[in-house]
Amino acid sequence: MPNGAQPVLDVQGLKTVFKIRGGEVHAVNDVSFDLRAGELLGVVGESGSGKSVTMMSLLGLLPTPPADVRDGTVTFQGQDLLKVDAETLRGVRGGKIGFVFQDPMTSLNPVYNVGMQIMEPLRKHMGMNKKQATVRAKELLELVGIPDAERRLKDYPHQFSGGMRQRVMIAIALACDPQVLIADEPTTALDVTIQAQILELMKDLQERLGMAVIWITHDLGVVAGIADRVLVMYGGQIVEQAPTRELFRDPQHPYTRALLKTVPRVTGGREERLAIIEGQPPILGEQPTACPFRDRCDVAFDMCAKQNPPRFDVGNGHDAACFYDARTGGPRNA
Amino acid sequence: MLDDTKPTKLVEIDNLKMHFPIHTGLFRRHTGDVKAVDGVSFDIFEGETLGLVGESGCGKSTCGRAALRLYDITDGSILIDGDQIGDMSQKDLRTKRPTMQMVFQDPQASLNPRMTVQAIIQEPLDEHTSLSASEKRDKVLELMDQVGLNRKFAGRYPHAFSGGQRQRIGIARALALNPRFIVCDEPIAALDVSIQAQVVNLLEDLQKEFGLTYLFISHDLSMVRHIATRVAVMYLGKIVELAPREALYAEPLHPYTKALLSAVPEPDPDLHDTMERTILTGDVPSPANPPKGCNFCTRCPAVMDICKQQEPDYREVLPGRYVACHHYNDVQTAADSTAASEASDQQSLSNIKNEKTN
Repeated sequence: MPNGAQPVLDVQGLKTVFKIRGGEVHAVNDVSFDLRAGELLGVVGESGSGKSVTMMSLLGLLPTPPADVRDGTVTFQGQDLLKVDAETLRGVRGGKIGFVFQDPMTSLNPVYNVGMQIMEPLRKHMGMNKKQATVRAKELLELVGIPDAERRLKDYPHQFSGGMRQRVMIAIALACDPQVLIADEPTTALDVTIQAQILELMKDLQERLGMAVIWITHDLGVVAGIADRVLVMYGGQIVEQAPTRELFRDPQHPYTRALLKTVPRVTGGREERLAIIEGQPPILGEQPTACPFRDRCDVAFDMCAKQNPPRFDVGNGHDAACFYDARTGGPRNA
Repeated sequence: MLDDTKPTKLVEIDNLKMHFPIHTGLFRRHTGDVKAVDGVSFDIFEGETLGLVGESGCGKSTCGRAALRLYDITDGSILIDGDQIGDMSQKDLRTKRPTMQMVFQDPQASLNPRMTVQAIIQEPLDEHTSLSASEKRDKVLELMDQVGLNRKFAGRYPHAFSGGQRQRIGIARALALNPRFIVCDEPIAALDVSIQAQVVNLLEDLQKEFGLTYLFISHDLSMVRHIATRVAVMYLGKIVELAPREALYAEPLHPYTKALLSAVPEPDPDLHDTMERTILTGDVPSPANPPKGCNFCTRCPAVMDICKQQEPDYREVLPGRYVACHHYNDVQTAADSTAASEASDQQSLSNIKNEKTN
């Protein structure tokens, strides 16, 4: 490990395939990364890039079939989560690893009050009785900034606004003091002013509780604000990995560069015309034998069609899966 | 006579109100109204893009639909190209429809899955023109070229297209009758970032080519900054600020606009460390029961006593800049406006300090 910090979660060579009528979709291809204690790891990519599927594969949250986690290891506390039995995995999910989903309305149960839903993991994983769980549930609601917590425990999800529901989801995920929190686009369904509230809350919670967080998003702006380190995903694989500042200062993969250019800003200079990335993201019917970005890439050359580039280390804890070296302006010497 | 310095107004909307009645109880009595749009006034000049921004539920989509009379409006006047359509009968409105069209948010939901692309784009021609079948076919293919769709796919159904391509179909349909005014209701919200830029560039190209006038509704402040000539900010059924693009983003006047802009996460880690953020507390109140006085008084960091009593006037505080805020009530000159803007900043800073000491 470059930075010395112990990884709490170590993923190697993860491959997930969906079986569809007449073929397969290779959603996650050979994804490897680690999550260090106390860090906030941002995962950026467009829809279909495999970012959610990767995280759901880790915890066995994908319905099988059609999903098939075909290869890889996920090491968490000395165990391979892909090999352990269902009972152990159930203890990890919601207990040691919390999960916050994108849409708080569909992931909360409308027929139970939120108190019940926060107490469920407490009673299942922590073996608390009802009284203890109620006390802890109230503390959790206060922790995520919901006023009048005791009374609101008895309210149902529809009585909360979107931002408040997402706070409830975070409270549930935090219930059992997880070592790892995986948040899948937790602010995408929210308005900007509410998103700013949730981001502020997450930063504060992460500092106070010292857990490691994986934050999945398509918004580079969100990542710039909260992440320590960023993974950029495209076509089911990690194309670039770097500490946040390093990534925004010196992006090495053409996809990251294009993505940064195509997003307009509210401050600074205004482009007369938006830069665009031509074409569509790929749908992979088989294991890629070439770079998945080559058709949309402005620096692609013959090598890119022959071989899928591995992740090259470019220094400063930064790596990029690209044969083109942006620093020298020519092919990389591998 | 057309004067270069004074462009003509294509759309003039005055005091537009769209209230949806609430019926409750056994006899479904009328017990209240959701004031989705509550007294909105703005003009759109020929060939410009007016951006309409706001959070979900602020009434921006309702405003866009009401402007095209897709609803029977509660009150107000809508002048499009010199015709008053606010109280026009449906029959007369029909003859007016070709000049004003709409691009919808969700290209999945706004295209009939059982119609081919040819049939979808041709439908407005069937309704409003008397072209022959072959003329229509030519027109459809020409439209497909214009929006960057491959002619060969005219016989395909919407499911065979990606999100960005579907949005192009929706745009081609809106263009079919050579409209002058198009309401784009969140046309890029459902698309991926790399596809958003493609669609926005297409809209800009078409505007240049056909001299179109857009009302561009969006919650994406950075994209609106890119495409709009002037920007209107809505909050809870009312426009709180309207200004030319550069002025609004460089120096927002209304406290809500300031908060909204500071909440946009920018893809720049250094900026996140240095910029001062105004984080609004609480949620938007219900439009069925808006607060007394200024609609924003419950969340405003610079709130004063008068804000809770009296609704601020929506007035022109500087040439071309309209604001509805008590901080700008007595402003006559540019210097005064800066002073008022600073005053509201000071107020918000002291509020933040108060919160911290509490």
